[in-house]
Amino acid sequence: MKTITVRYFAMFREHAGLDEETLTIEANTAADVFSATRERHGSAEPSGHCKVAINDVMADWGSPVSDGDTVLLFPPVAGG
Amino acid sequence: MILLTVDPISPDDLRKQLFDPAAGAYCGFEGWIRNQNDGQAVLRLEYEAYEPLALTEGEKILAEAQHKYPFSHAHCVHRTGSLEIGECAVWVGVSAPHRDEAFQACRYIIDQLKVRLPIWKKEHYVDGHSGWVNCERCAKSA
Repeated sequence: MKTITVRYFAMFREHAGLDEETLTIEANTAADVFSATRERHGSAEPSGHCKVAINDVMADWGSPVSDGDTVLLFPPVAGG
Repeated sequence: MILLTVDPISPDDLRKQLFDPAAGAYCGFEGWIRNQNDGQAVLRLEYEAYEPLALTEGEKILAEAQHKYPFSHAHCVHRTGSLEIGECAVWVGVSAPHRDEAFQACRYIIDQLKVRLPIWKKEHYVDGHSGWVNCERCAKSA
């Protein structure tokens, strides 16, 4: 089990009803963390449209996560 | 240089920062808030950004543009917070020795900013409801 801090933005924040939370979960990759949060908050957003960062560095869904990491979940972006 | 600001954007002031004796061309882009989207009447928009990564990703985009279309100077400013119809939400300016580089770098920067920066916009509609742009459309098309 790993302790991971998850931060939510925009639509994800509204859906989860919070900015961030700390989860103790079985997770090897960023995708595992995303799945755990989707299950937890009942979100149906597919990961393909979203982006992820680990400890303030852009990452891929296959990027490994370590105990104590902060995972940032970004819903589809729309600047401009 | 890329900046996020809650204050109104002044393109004329920003443009002056790009002057360079070696530059013979300037290209600027302003993205404005319009009053409708997907057939819905829009009242105002709200932009949210994750600034630390928006800035690092924005600098990466500027460096890529410089590599692809060598320019003299390029700046980008993006608003956050609540914006009214007609306000400038994003400004990109590029000065370059010749117009080709100025046009192409400007186009590259705005196109990449829109799909890569962690910035989200929520539309507030005249009929009272609101929605995150793209999010709901993506979820529907999945």
